Amino acid sequence: MKRGVPLIITFVTGVLIIIAFFIPHKPFGNLEQRFLIWYSIVAGFTMLLGIDSLIKYHIRKIRFREKGWGYSIVTVTGIVITLIFGFYSWYAYHTPLALGSPFMWLYTYMIVPLQSTMFALLAFFIASAAYRAFRARTIEATLLLIAAALVMLGRVPLGEALRLKLPAIANWIMEVPQTAAKRGIFIGTYLGAVAMSIRVILGIERTYLST
Amino acid sequence: MILLIFMLLPPSHLKVYDTPNDEGGSITIEWRLSPSETEREFRGYEIYRALTPQGPFEYVDFVMKGKNRYEDKGVKDNKPYYYKVVAVRDDERVESPVAGPGIASPQWFNTGRINVLIFTIIFGFFVIYYIKRAKRDKSLYIRKITGLDAIDDAVGRATEMGRPILFSFGLGALTDVVTIAALSILRRIARKAAEYEVRLIIPNYDPIVMAAAQETVKQAYTEAGRPDLYKENDIMFLTADQFGYAAGVDGIMIREKPGAIFFQGFFFAESLILAETGHSVGAIQIAGTTAITQLPFFIAACDYTMIGEEMYAASAYIDREPQLLGSIKGEDAAKLLIMIIIILTAVIGSIGFFIPQLSSIYEKIVSFFETS
Repeated sequence: MKRGVPLIITFVTGVLIIIAFFIPHKPFGNLEQRFLIWYSIVAGFTMLLGIDSLIKYHIRKIRFREKGWGYSIVTVTGIVITLIFGFYSWYAYHTPLALGSPFMWLYTYMIVPLQSTMFALLAFFIASAAYRAFRARTIEATLLLIAAALVMLGRVPLGEALRLKLPAIANWIMEVPQTAAKRGIFIGTYLGAVAMSIRVILGIERTYLST
Repeated sequence: MILLIFMLLPPSHLKVYDTPNDEGGSITIEWRLSPSETEREFRGYEIYRALTPQGPFEYVDFVMKGKNRYEDKGVKDNKPYYYKVVAVRDDERVESPVAGPGIASPQWFNTGRINVLIFTIIFGFFVIYYIKRAKRDKSLYIRKITGLDAIDDAVGRATEMGRPILFSFGLGALTDVVTIAALSILRRIARKAAEYEVRLIIPNYDPIVMAAAQETVKQAYTEAGRPDLYKENDIMFLTADQFGYAAGVDGIMIREKPGAIFFQGFFFAESLILAETGHSVGAIQIAGTTAITQLPFFIAACDYTMIGEEMYAASAYIDREPQLLGSIKGEDAAKLLIMIIIILTAVIGSIGFFIPQLSSIYEKIVSFFETS
């Protein structure tokens, strides 16, 4: 019973979505959209589950003085301050998202710079990963190094200034071998996803269900 | 002649018809662009609709210049509508002749997707046929997937080092097929972790995925006979913000120093931030994703990387159940069919460069594979 009901729901939903893809007539036409709206509503409520898990995790760390509990104080304080700012902005500006509201101030001057900082770190990580990947220890790595050097040089003004047809070579690498490899992976991935979906709909794949 | 150059000319050849392959309530209007479009002052077209050819016409919408098609989605089914399109240049206006009637109606089958239906049936047939065959003949071959074989070694290494294991689903939701595939890999890892008594940490981006992961791990620990080792607190929600999640997982890696890290699921720009931090703490890393743009980053930074379809084969590879193996075989048959079609089309297209008859066959094949 505990397994049967979810399997039936999965089967019926899966089959309905497939039918809706081919039948534009009501009520099938916008069925996928409607299911996604339902999912968004459910997902909205599960955010409470997430917040509950987050607060419980950090309160526990603070209570038992676990390793890194100081960071947990910062996290819990951050959650409380954001909530206060959010409710105050809702009360004073009728929406927390109003321009100039304390909540938006917090978002613009604290969250956005923090996000940008994390994103900017990517440049350094790309450099360190590229250094390891491009070490010419094997034939494949050497080919990768040559291709990457040609593409990078072809994409900067220096490559154009050298007049060695580097931009054209870079474009060829990106449009022919790179696209061919990417399409091969695409076909495999999408067929894999379709086969996996068939397995899930037919109830053959049950690893996502517990007993 | 000089007068014609300065005159504002209307759009011509107005066509009004029921929008094909829709759920009704829509009429499409098409026209040939006004010759006055080239003028700087030309602004665009106003669409007018009426219930009779004589009017009265009501204003529907404005379309920028350069466009020659409009879908009117504000009509009722089975009612005749007449349209005119008005060219607008500054304050000047000139009308096209009235066209119609156009009658909106819903369709029961999207003819633009008949090709998808044919391939779905063929693919479904392959999968079901091989599943049936696999039930009879249990010795189906599946090639080695190094990333999946390395799971046991990675868990073993973390055990020897006395460090925990970290598993990340990335930013995928439970509606992504790849997340479901990642759950089956997690089950295998959790079972091994329970056997070896290693701590398993799973920080999450999506609360629904978190709940599914908790269930999967609990199940795996029970299967391994160690439900006492299961800790719900180690499978926690971090944040639903992309870089906040990356920062959180990086922090856990730096503090806990995991011996093995698994990145399985859908990743975006945070992939390399996570994988490089994992590399810096000396963990063995196994990644698997269907996000093609992130694959090179994982290949560069991780010890093993499962590419796209290898992830979907995980449950079949791990459990060796004939039914699951059969579906992988069906996938291979479909891939072979696609390869044959691609090669044949390429050959026909290449020869068609010299023989016009083959060129038209090539065009037909290509247009058959286009969908709406």
